[in-house]
Amino acid sequence: MNDVRRTAAEAADALAAGETTSVALTQAHLDRIAEVDGAVHAFLHVDAEGALAAAEESDRRRASGAPASPLDGVPVAVKDVLATRGQPTTCGSKVLEGWVPPYDATVVTLLREAGLPILGKTNMDEFAMGSSTEHSAYGPTRNPWDLGRVPGGSGGGSAAAVAAFEAPLALGTDTGGSIRQPGALTGTVGVKPTYGGVSRYGLVAMANSLDQVGPVTRTVLDSALLHEVIGGHDPRDSTSLPDPVGGLVEAARRGAAGDLTGLKVGKIAELRGEGYQDGVEERFEDSLALLEKAGAEVIEVACPSFVHALAAYYLIMPSEASSNLARFDAMRYGLRVPPDGVDDPSAEQVMRASREAGFGDEVKRRIILGTFALSAGYVDAFYGKGQKVRTLIQRDFAAAWAQVDVLVSPTSPSTAFPIGEKQHDPRSMYLNDVATVPANLAGVPGISVPNGLHDGLPVGFQVLAPRQADDRLYRVGAALESLLEQQWGGPLLSQAPALEGASA
Amino acid sequence: MSDTLVDYDDAVSRYDPALGLEVHVELGTATKMFCGCTTAFGAEPNTQTCPTCLGLPGSMPVANRTAVESAIRIGLALGCSISEDCRFARKNYFYPDMPKNFQTSQYDEPIAFDGFLDVDVPLEGGGTETVRVEIERAHMEEDTGKSLHVGTSGRIHGADYSLVDYNRAGIPLIEIVTRPVTGLGARAPEVARAYVAQLRDLIVALGVSDARMDQGSIRADVNLSLAPAGSGTLGTRTETKNVNSLRSVERAVRYEVGRHAAVLDAGEKVFQETRHWHEDTGITTAGREKSDADDYRYFPEPDLVPVAPSREWVEELRGTLPEPPNVRRARLQEAWGFSELEMRDTVGAGALDLIEQTVADGAAPQAARKWWLGELARRANDAGTELVDLAVTPADVARVQALVEEGTVNDKLARQVLEGVLAGEGTPDEVVAARGLAVVSDDGALSAAVDEAIAANPDVADKIRDGKVAAAGALIGAVMKQMKGQADAARVRELILEKLS
Ligand SMILES: [Zn+2]
Repeated sequence: MNDVRRTAAEAADALAAGETTSVALTQAHLDRIAEVDGAVHAFLHVDAEGALAAAEESDRRRASGAPASPLDGVPVAVKDVLATRGQPTTCGSKVLEGWVPPYDATVVTLLREAGLPILGKTNMDEFAMGSSTEHSAYGPTRNPWDLGRVPGGSGGGSAAAVAAFEAPLALGTDTGGSIRQPGALTGTVGVKPTYGGVSRYGLVAMANSLDQVGPVTRTVLDSALLHEVIGGHDPRDSTSLPDPVGGLVEAARRGAAGDLTGLKVGKIAELRGEGYQDGVEERFEDSLALLEKAGAEVIEVACPSFVHALAAYYLIMPSEASSNLARFDAMRYGLRVPPDGVDDPSAEQVMRASREAGFGDEVKRRIILGTFALSAGYVDAFYGKGQKVRTLIQRDFAAAWAQVDVLVSPTSPSTAFPIGEKQHDPRSMYLNDVATVPANLAGVPGISVPNGLHDGLPVGFQVLAPRQADDRLYRVGAALESLLEQQWGGPLLSQAPALEGASA
Repeated sequence: MSDTLVDYDDAVSRYDPALGLEVHVELGTATKMFCGCTTAFGAEPNTQTCPTCLGLPGSMPVANRTAVESAIRIGLALGCSISEDCRFARKNYFYPDMPKNFQTSQYDEPIAFDGFLDVDVPLEGGGTETVRVEIERAHMEEDTGKSLHVGTSGRIHGADYSLVDYNRAGIPLIEIVTRPVTGLGARAPEVARAYVAQLRDLIVALGVSDARMDQGSIRADVNLSLAPAGSGTLGTRTETKNVNSLRSVERAVRYEVGRHAAVLDAGEKVFQETRHWHEDTGITTAGREKSDADDYRYFPEPDLVPVAPSREWVEELRGTLPEPPNVRRARLQEAWGFSELEMRDTVGAGALDLIEQTVADGAAPQAARKWWLGELARRANDAGTELVDLAVTPADVARVQALVEEGTVNDKLARQVLEGVLAGEGTPDEVVAARGLAVVSDDGALSAAVDEAIAANPDVADKIRDGKVAAAGALIGAVMKQMKGQADAARVRELILEKLS
């Protein structure tokens, strides 16, 4: 079997059975990147040397009978917002062009310890601000289903890399939907774990109280496998939960049997209707019918405060971001631009010129928004009110969990849109996150599973669960995935068009 | 440009000063507030840093439990309530020595609040008066890096370039803020000084910081405002920074009283601003204008979980509090039989602990006081250092006093012994042996010297024979000279009187 077409679980089995080696597997993915990434532009940086060296180590461990983890030897791509020691980390921004962190993010350390060769760093909207990856300072990533369309964002690079078979696994980060929405738009699986379930140490924060690192894969089981590698308490992240959220792989395997008897599913009344494409709603209803057939009971649940979620999100997120991005002052690292026509510029003048040159429009927009929302005289009306809405959303979730085991909705109101269509219309761009932000505001886990096509483009189905009940995402997600694949006669991605010049 | 000043007595006769003090204490924890870097003073610049205290992208803070513990103990010692659940907050402003361009501090949820310190202010002519200073809050925060402006001015304006040392960035600080202290009249400067001195003593007694003003590990910002006498209002305040000695605290308050009075007398408004204290010239100069326009955009630090000290922990920490310094001082004064003045000098010289230890090592309190406040204070002064930093221990001093009392050395030799100890020549006994400093108590040698002195001064000898015992001094002096001071003067006197009786 062609190595790049294997899922991570299949690749791990093949490695265990001696049918392939980590070096072969890694090389196959590097070849695939060389072949298609010119068109897709999922990667900002490829580390062939480092990945192959790690693969050799992995093969040695396996030869000595001591693999480091179930995924030892399976390569992975990492979103460029996660610090990698000795490898560039730009966050998709000119401000960090050329910056090489002296340390690894905790999740990167965990990948290395588990033996996963790191293929490279994936493209993203600058500082994870966007829903299309068009706001990358290094050019957009293209959707493998249609190269004229966006792959979603901010983690479009990770999603596209996995969808284009450039990597079996990737890490993303999700602040308002940046893992799940690209998952929906590229026909891949994306999971935002419970807040605190995965360490954020080394994740260059956009909004610290919302950010979470999570898996980006082609199957639900692969996400569970990767989630178990990166999850758990980190003493360097005081917001990380003391106990790991476990039983994920087991839940995915159990769910794949397709039996959901006794499960109560709530469809969120507010995340439907106006703004959602008809095809998205149709696929959603089809999926609900499948869940019912598998034994689940589906009821409608009201979450009245969710209609304010996007507004609250666009106050809290920029507030935190405006403060996080203050450190880019050209003093210690990153871009330094001398101001035009100034002899002997002061530190402040250099800082101004560097920030002016280094940040893109969307980043500046959010710095201005956040600075305003925190300003004396406005903080109560904006940041403060956002936090109050956040509390109401948490209450809506709490009330829902009294009725149902999981909540469901479409992941994104629309399928992939053409590159350039929304780039200069921030409000319509922000609407992409309408279904995904409530989970971030409440810290609950969510998954997006591909559930069909609309006009030849993928649609995503979102499942949300209570905090620390991430296993439910995997059970329901795997069940839906297996029922759908029975209908389709294989994975959705096998219906994706072959990429130009691609041999896979 | 120099300020116009109103004569101090005149100023306080017509205006009521209101005082506020913000004291920053650098905690003596082994590691920084939010990372594992060491806090040792004096290392090469930028050698004690990591991603977190450099504010590198992606780094995260974790609160230092020992620092939280110290903050709680300080709060308890100041009679504060301890918060059950408080958050850190970001104080946002740009400055090159601040790695993240926000300082992780506390805003509306300080760890400790609503306390007081009863300050014993010395009264002219002896005794003390107790002034209660109310503590509004004590909160935790991190220090910034340290800027060094290179160039002729030594200040940021006019510097050729500036260097930043981030070793200090992230060192834990506790900021202790008083409520406005009013009704002090002319005594405001003394109260300010006594407050900082007593707070420093308390911090030292708690063992949470070395509280060295000269090294900046305790720093005072002095807020002052004047209101027309008897008006009961508060005027516009200035905040004087960089006040790094007790004496300067007093002087800075006095200076600002005179300056404010002159501004108000001229019918002008006092600017709400930061002032810089200049130790050398004894004046303040205008710094950054501070007004309500200053907007730090505080919000809760999302990377840190709230600090929620359990009541059991707080009570456990309450059990570790030392005796309050003023209570201890009163107890020691009584035990040692020191006068008010002696005690004040002792405290002022920073000799309380040293004398206490010297007494514990066997010396009489007055003898211990005499050594530390006399000979050793002089030597510390000559060396431009503090008593505690002299290379002599209380045990050494107690041993020197014992040698005097045993008659092994006299006072003059004892000073030489101390000189040897300070010069690193060893213990007092080793110095005595090495330098041959023991007094000659061998009656044979002394007797010969006495005979020689009598023979050389027949007229003096006659006077003594005639009963003028007071004249013996001249012969004793001659003998001591002969013996190069290494004789027991009392024994010499005895021998003279024996021989001439
Ligand atoms: Zn550090």
